[in-house]
Amino acid sequence: MADFLLLAFIFLAAGVIAVPIASRLGLGSVLGYLLAGIAISPLLAALHVDIISIQHFAEFGVVMMLFLVGLELEPKLLWEMRTKLIGLGGLQVGLTTLVVTAISMALGQPWTVSLAIGFVLALSSTAIVLQTLNEKGLMKSDGGQSSFSVLLFQDIAVIPILAVLPLLAMPEVVELAFAAAEGGAHADDAHHGNGDHGTSLNLIAGFPGWAQMLATLAAIGSIVVVGNVLTRPLFRFIAWARFRELFTAAALMGVTGIALLMSVVGLSPALGTFLAGVVLANSEYRHELESDIDPFRGLLLGLFFITVGASVDFALLTANLGPILAMTFGLMALKAAILFALALIFKIQGSARWLFTLALAQAGEFGFVLLSFTTQNNVIPSAVADQLLLVVALSMLLTPLLFIAFDKIIAPRFSESSTREPDDIEGDSGIIIAGHGRFGGIVNRMLRGAGFKTTVLDYSSEQLEMLRTFGFEVFFGDATRPDLLHAAGIDSAKLLVICIDDREHITTLAKYMKAHHPNVEVVARARDRSHVYELYAAGVRNIVRETFDSGVRAGRFAYEVLGLHPFEAERLARQFTEDDRHTIRLLSEVYREDLPLSENPEYVALAKRLMEEREAQMKGGGRGFTTRDERGWVPPGKNDLTAILSDHAKRKGES
Amino acid sequence: MAQRFDRPWRLNASLQHGMDPPLTRVLLYYAHPGHRYSHSNKAMWDLAQKVDGISRVDLYSEYPRFNIDIDQEQQRLLDHDVVVMQCPLFWYSTPSLVKEWIDLTLEHGFAYGHEGTQLKGKTLLMALTAAGPHDAYSKEGYQRYPLRTFLTPFEQTAHLCGMEFASPYVLFGSLRAVEDGRIPPHAEGYRRLLEAYRDDRFDLTKASELDVIEAEHLNDLIKD
Ligand SMILES: Cc1cc2nc3c(=O)[nH]c(=O)nc-3n(C[C@H](O)[C@H](O)[C@H](O)COP(=O)(O)O)c2cc1C
Repeated sequence: MADFLLLAFIFLAAGVIAVPIASRLGLGSVLGYLLAGIAISPLLAALHVDIISIQHFAEFGVVMMLFLVGLELEPKLLWEMRTKLIGLGGLQVGLTTLVVTAISMALGQPWTVSLAIGFVLALSSTAIVLQTLNEKGLMKSDGGQSSFSVLLFQDIAVIPILAVLPLLAMPEVVELAFAAAEGGAHADDAHHGNGDHGTSLNLIAGFPGWAQMLATLAAIGSIVVVGNVLTRPLFRFIAWARFRELFTAAALMGVTGIALLMSVVGLSPALGTFLAGVVLANSEYRHELESDIDPFRGLLLGLFFITVGASVDFALLTANLGPILAMTFGLMALKAAILFALALIFKIQGSARWLFTLALAQAGEFGFVLLSFTTQNNVIPSAVADQLLLVVALSMLLTPLLFIAFDKIIAPRFSESSTREPDDIEGDSGIIIAGHGRFGGIVNRMLRGAGFKTTVLDYSSEQLEMLRTFGFEVFFGDATRPDLLHAAGIDSAKLLVICIDDREHITTLAKYMKAHHPNVEVVARARDRSHVYELYAAGVRNIVRETFDSGVRAGRFAYEVLGLHPFEAERLARQFTEDDRHTIRLLSEVYREDLPLSENPEYVALAKRLMEEREAQMKGGGRGFTTRDERGWVPPGKNDLTAILSDHAKRKGES
Repeated sequence: MAQRFDRPWRLNASLQHGMDPPLTRVLLYYAHPGHRYSHSNKAMWDLAQKVDGISRVDLYSEYPRFNIDIDQEQQRLLDHDVVVMQCPLFWYSTPSLVKEWIDLTLEHGFAYGHEGTQLKGKTLLMALTAAGPHDAYSKEGYQRYPLRTFLTPFEQTAHLCGMEFASPYVLFGSLRAVEDGRIPPHAEGYRRLLEAYRDDRFDLTKASELDVIEAEHLNDLIKD
């Protein structure tokens, strides 16, 4: 226990100290974690910590990240990406593998070892690249999407690579193997550790090929079906209990369950959760899931980067400094060149081309997995593998520097295109409606009716399901939670309309907005007059009393029924509204949060005065409020008229 | 087309009461934002209620929030031959809702422009009350122009729509009219005028020789 606490503390402290410094220096969180890892590596060595197994555990962060990426990617978008995915991704993996293989053969390695090295180094680091792209808001940009396509393809490619690698240990059977149907014949050797953990849960490895195929399809099918059909009832079931942490538990359960299922059928867990994410991308629970999983993803990835940093074997590095550095730089240059060529072929333009080239020029965490796998299977001699491990780690270490280079040198040159990019960076609407009940529903209908896209958050799952069936885009969750607001896109929002009905929640949310997002316009629902004061004090200026306007309309109808001319009724109603707003504004100014209204002397005095003024007017036979415009339509009185006419007469005389 | 019969302002109401159909279908618009304080227009409007077989619309009552129903207004125009616009003169023009009504209702393609011939042959009659005395509305008077000069925008509007701009029926010195006892004869004249239009007994040719028509002219212009 104490061991665990000590270890946890070391990792957390390293991250907490290093990441803010790195961010402050503009280096990004990934480099911060990596450096933290390097910094604590002597300590970890002294404690005899098994970094590699921690790393395997931390790789689950990648699984979570792909789930989150999937959530952001609607099936439609994924379909639109298909050319890039297969074309760009396939060519990147294929070409890089070929060239690396050729080079290492030229360097004197046997072709089997060379091919294995080719596979290992062809893959890039999903963790670093996606984390950084997200951090920089480049995920939805052209360069980001292209990079993502390639990473996704690599993720898929890991599966056949894992199947082929063991064969390389026995070159004599390779020919045979390629002739035989894939999978079955050598499944025993290929204890397909699932790509990310190295644990070997594959239960179907011994099945004949067709059965494996069926099991795989069934697993994927079940993700799609369960995601579509079961999520809703499950969440509704949980919503009953009204415990926040249960949602988190359910979300984690879902992700781990899928990862497990994928491992069982020998697929990549990351791929499975990605698929689940895509399935749920259209769901109203999307933002809830996102905000539940996101902290775990962040922590695990952080841990993962720390372990990458910590696993750099400095003894080996200093002993072979020249060759290893040369290999690292050579590898990155080679990968970059291939990426650049692909970018040209696929017509990726401007700064996106450079982003694509620089972002994916490293080897990645799959490299670690494949390396340990190859050594287990005696494909690559461990002396070579150790050096390659260093190359992979160093290239990952250098990647943040390439991103910085992109930011500082390349992006400014294309500043025109990069200022245009944010437009399509977020599919989010920029308008968030918190609460979709009787109040928010009207606001939402009005905005949509005028052609605006809205993002709706609500805590009632029945309400949401009803709306879903009408094709509205609505999300489940408690809008007062900052993380959910974040997931719904508050950081880039123009407007938040607070339509929830709980008075305290409204005020809390208003205050939060004032403190953290002062630039987002807020329109807030107020329960009553005193709530208006409260919100006014919280800094909100667009405050709407929930029943005021309907009350005014009812009053106007009453006027009409009593025989007032409709236009007069309208003007009286308008004037009443103006007068009431005016007094409420005056009273808001003297409202004090720390005092009840009746104990606030200034408030009491002003309220009294305003009331007296209006009473006096009514006693004088007038109304409690007068319509200013009325004077415009009342002709001058008899006396005025005589005066006017005599003026005219005089003027006539003068001229 | 069946729904047309639901409309209260349709002439069919009078037909159902067993009367002969009117020779001319008259549509009376009234616009006064301060109806409550009105003397002259109110008296006119009250008597106009007694005229059978014409349609009446109080614009400010129907559209207190200026939310004019364009389709309904255009249909009204189609269903009538003579459009009367009754209102006080405000700043040498009409109250603002009339302007809004014109802007929205006399659409391109409906009232004017390409294929905008729907109002062709109809008549526009303005019934106005002005505080200024008649003699003030002359070159020498303090209003410096005859009233018709101020009405040229409306005259040209009618012209562009292919409508006849009839000589307007005017009460000058409207604010003193109460004291002078001129309101009852003017309102009574208004009623006769509306009936004469309805029954085709109004001598339009003779009327067109006059710039404006006042109550005292009516005996000459109405054929019995
Ligand atoms: C806003 C306003 C503008 C007016 N402008 C004029 C004007 O330009 N010329 C004029 O002769 N009378 C003008 N008057 C006087 C009105 O024409 C007069 O109040 C009206 O004819 C009286 O009719 P009523 O008793 O139906 O209200 C104006 C009155 C108001 C209230």
